[in-house]
Amino acid sequence: MLEIMEGSHAVAEAVGYCRPQVIAAYPITPQTHIVEALADMAANCRIDAEYITVESEFSALSACLGASAAGSRVYSATTSQGLALMFEVCFNCAGMRLPVVMSIVNRALGAPLSIWNDQQDSISLRDSGWLQLYAEDNQEATDLHYLAYRVAEDHRILLPAFVCFDGFILSHTYEPVDMLTQEQVDGFLPPFRPYQKLDAADPISFGLFASPDYYMEFRYAIDQAMNRARTVIPEAGKVFSEMFGRDYSGLVEEYRLDDADCAIVAMGSICGTVKDAIDDMRNVGKKVGLLKLRAFRPFPVNEVQKALKGVSTVAVLDKNISLGSKGAVALEVRDALYGTQIPVYDFIIALGGRDVRKKDIAAVVAHAEAGKGDTYYGLREEVLK
Amino acid sequence: MNDEAACVLFDSGHRACGGCAAAMAARLILDAAGKDTIVVSSTGCMEVFSTPYPETAWNVPWIHSLFENNSAVASGIVASLAKQGRKEKVIALGGDGATFDIGILCLSGAFERGHDFTYICYDNEAYMNTGIQRSGATPYDASTTTSPAGSCSSGNPRPKKDLPAILAAHGAPYVATTSIAYPPDLKKKVEKAVRTPGPCYIQIHAPCCTGWGFEGEKSIAIGKLAIETGLFVLYEMENGVVTKVKKVVRKPVEEYLIEQKRFRHLFKPRRNDAEIAKIQAIADRNAEKFGIDIKLKK
Repeated sequence: MLEIMEGSHAVAEAVGYCRPQVIAAYPITPQTHIVEALADMAANCRIDAEYITVESEFSALSACLGASAAGSRVYSATTSQGLALMFEVCFNCAGMRLPVVMSIVNRALGAPLSIWNDQQDSISLRDSGWLQLYAEDNQEATDLHYLAYRVAEDHRILLPAFVCFDGFILSHTYEPVDMLTQEQVDGFLPPFRPYQKLDAADPISFGLFASPDYYMEFRYAIDQAMNRARTVIPEAGKVFSEMFGRDYSGLVEEYRLDDADCAIVAMGSICGTVKDAIDDMRNVGKKVGLLKLRAFRPFPVNEVQKALKGVSTVAVLDKNISLGSKGAVALEVRDALYGTQIPVYDFIIALGGRDVRKKDIAAVVAHAEAGKGDTYYGLREEVLK
Repeated sequence: MNDEAACVLFDSGHRACGGCAAAMAARLILDAAGKDTIVVSSTGCMEVFSTPYPETAWNVPWIHSLFENNSAVASGIVASLAKQGRKEKVIALGGDGATFDIGILCLSGAFERGHDFTYICYDNEAYMNTGIQRSGATPYDASTTTSPAGSCSSGNPRPKKDLPAILAAHGAPYVATTSIAYPPDLKKKVEKAVRTPGPCYIQIHAPCCTGWGFEGEKSIAIGKLAIETGLFVLYEMENGVVTKVKKVVRKPVEEYLIEQKRFRHLFKPRRNDAEIAKIQAIADRNAEKFGIDIKLKK
């Protein structure tokens, strides 16, 4: 049944249906509504979870790490500075193969301080060994949590997962959401079955130190699990679509791309604006399409190659910048298309919450088709002076 | 191992230095806590010498995550066990650097929240794993690699942080200090801490032969001298009140200092009476504060 819900509250409901046993989180804008809602659910026995009110995001993820190692399904949520504070623990969770699931309500990183949206926070953790899924709207943001738990806890994967959705643009926006029931979620997401756990009946050691004789093999094993996720995510997405009718069987999603000359590549809520802009451009005869990335880690190399095979121009919208280089998405797309003659133009856009309108998307396409790109879009020259 | 009595919970074959008090502490802690214990170690000497992959000295469930987060990891484990209805005891173990300095945020948070676990600090009074740098637990005038004695320095310029008092102020039901030189005292206090509901803290004075500069066979003797001079006091605090103190016939601090290279600069090239007197004054204040002096009848 469709309900009009704030993004944060929809996600909190979905997380509740995933039956987390331990939740540890710390307030930070624009994530706070999620953990407030979960605290309220715990206080009213709507969820059966230990809720730890930690003193920092660093401890939030550390507590999740401990609880996961002890055999519980865990949940946390954060954004921006909070995620930056978790940096060390993020690498640890992945290295210890603990399937923690965390919502990232994407927000810019300071300085200067900004509470508004871009994707610099999660992108900056791209090398940490977490699966990264990005949602376009609140429906997808809720559904991806069910998917994330199922994939992360799969014994072929055993990796932690970010479910990323844009701060304010989604988290604070009311949209119709088709919320699954507890029974439906239980049918899709089996109870957590830890591969190993801290247990006095069967004592094992977690988190040993590895000499140069062993370290590389651990890293390789994580990377192999990431590679397996390229098939396990679509597999779980297919089951989801068969059960509930919404299709998440692809690591990417195409919109009017079949006969497109110019392809826009993007992640997150901006895809909604892009689709509208594409409809407008199509109405005046411009053959433009969208390739939306649902997964950024693992990066869907084959899907990107296949989807962009027939286009003549690619414009990538990056809500992040790897300072001193380019946007992270464009670098990956260019790598995927290496050896082809398809030009890939990068546009750094919407940093720190700057609004993007349909006419901006049209302008980006015009730039790319004129052979211009690898630039920031929408800089205010008068501020730079 | 089937024979429980023969099961050594902290096993031999690890890579600690000969005479390492931290290794002795680990064995005594588990002797006291028993096999139904989950240990959370912070990064440090003990973690490194006991768990070089693919080996481990731990015959209880053991986890190491990071340097500064053992209290937070323990919080999560305690919550998870509670949800599962499991009864294992949880001990977080850290050196003084992990405990006094980099991990104090997590430690304070976990104690304020009142999780049922025991935090044990093996206090060897400096960052030993990285090569003897000063920490908040390093005593006044100790020479370390980041507080070296020199022509215009007599070593560490600050006294030891009073961490037991800080944790008692969090409302911890049981806070105790002990020493590797007094194994029955150590075991008794660990037993009491793991039995006591809520967050408990034990600080184990653990002389480091490598870092302090003495021969490994002297670890116990040096540990005893710390207590006998009043520079480290053995006591228990229950709900913020000191309930038990080990009394001693006090020896001059010089007897303790002169045995260790970290205080050598107080005696060579020439004796520094002024600094030795300051250290004696620290011991005198400890003695007065805790009432440790046994008055001998004349």
